[in-house]
Amino acid sequence: MSDSWALQSHIIRPFDHGGSSFSELLRQITPPQQWEGSGQHVPTHVEGTTIVATTFAGGVIMAGDRRATAGNLISKRDMRKIFQTDRLSAVGISGSAGPAIELAKVFATELEHYEKVEGSELSLEGKANKLASMVRGNLPMAMQGLVVVPLFAGFDAREGTGRIFDFDVAGGRYEERRFSATGSGSLHARASLKARWEPELAADDAADLAVAALWDAADEDSATGGPDTVRGLYPIVARIDADGYVEYDEADVARRALAVAERRGNRLAAGGAPSSEDNPRPDARG
Amino acid sequence: MPMMPYVSPEQAMKDKADFARKGISRGRSVVAITTEDGVLFVAENASATLHKVSEIYDRIAFAAVGKYNEFEQLRVAGIRLADVKGYQYSREDVTGRALANAYANAMGATFTDSPKPLEVELLVAEVFPDTVELYHILYDGSITDEAGYVAIGGSADAIAETLKESFAPGMDRATALRTAVAALRRVEERDMEPSRLEVAGLSRQLGRRKFFRMTEDEVAAALADG
Repeated sequence: MSDSWALQSHIIRPFDHGGSSFSELLRQITPPQQWEGSGQHVPTHVEGTTIVATTFAGGVIMAGDRRATAGNLISKRDMRKIFQTDRLSAVGISGSAGPAIELAKVFATELEHYEKVEGSELSLEGKANKLASMVRGNLPMAMQGLVVVPLFAGFDAREGTGRIFDFDVAGGRYEERRFSATGSGSLHARASLKARWEPELAADDAADLAVAALWDAADEDSATGGPDTVRGLYPIVARIDADGYVEYDEADVARRALAVAERRGNRLAAGGAPSSEDNPRPDARG
Repeated sequence: MPMMPYVSPEQAMKDKADFARKGISRGRSVVAITTEDGVLFVAENASATLHKVSEIYDRIAFAAVGKYNEFEQLRVAGIRLADVKGYQYSREDVTGRALANAYANAMGATFTDSPKPLEVELLVAEVFPDTVELYHILYDGSITDEAGYVAIGGSADAIAETLKESFAPGMDRATALRTAVAALRRVEERDMEPSRLEVAGLSRQLGRRKFFRMTEDEVAAALADG
């Protein structure tokens, strides 16, 4: 009998505002969570770090490092932070991993649910607005330290271009025309992209740019993971264009990441460590 | 207070069943045929946008005949049930059987409780790596599982009778389409233009979402091939 009630409770009333929204449906069927001890910070938990996105001629690249941290410890080295949300869009997550992955999951279900119920996809603008309201819904949790800041990128079929949206904790939605980054290493990643980004890039050049930006972020930010040659772990790089969402294969990303490391290595090599004889005493005069 | 005339439960149920059957028989039929890579639904449908066949979940599809607004409500309720279940547990825990049972219960409850039964008949299909499950749910909530092929709607029995002769297991998609269209054409005794056909189904070849829809051109090409 329970199944019949389950179905009946899903029969929507005409002109129901939540009609084709999955997150609205979830809100209706799950009681609001009570937070004990509000105002206190949550204990150390897993956090994801740096995501970058950059447009190119005809699409957008999104890439993320693989490290997750809990406090000063590395808690996961092979984490996925880029999630395909539908045929033409993806979300990259940074901040508290638990709620962030949950957000990506609900958002992907939201888009698919809408598509099935309505028989057509949401516009890219509509998707970004929906994500903004979901980020805003997370504000009470953010006040306690469970901050989730996604990066959203997709191909706008109506305009024929790739578009990037970033968000703030309060649900602000900001479109970036060129590139964007989010997470702990975003400052460095953004600076790296700013120095090299050009209009009308080719897709593969944009992918190289994104990988280089992640390398720069990892070089400065301890919470961002660089290419891990020991374990063979490299960033996840996704390309979204008119043909849909594709991830670069691991070997290809490895090649690109090692090429960046090589170029940087050649310029930044410190030379060998000075020997103990050359090593001056701290009080030696210059 | 006016007195209601006594109507025996048998008579009440029979009247409701007659009413529902009459409503359903006015509509055009839908045929489901299992193929080598899944299942194919062929519906005679003059509208290109008001679908009779649609996607419910990764491996589950839905087809209906009868009153559009009624089965549309059931379709959306099914999507909501499936999406919530997949979210709360896991995607593989969403099954066609559970969905078909939910439909059967809901339609059975409406048949008994409401003065007007639902004038719809449903099919729920789910593909597995080497089988297809096909559930057939009637207006009164009775449910059967079918093997190979099934027709619902006004001329369902006659179409099923025709398919009995022409159906062969493991047909490819185009052959299955031609078989279904031939059966429809023979029973309905009118021409089936590709523009008046809605063709969709589930294919194991596809990724996570196995549902596909054939365009008018694809249907025309498949029909011309034969």
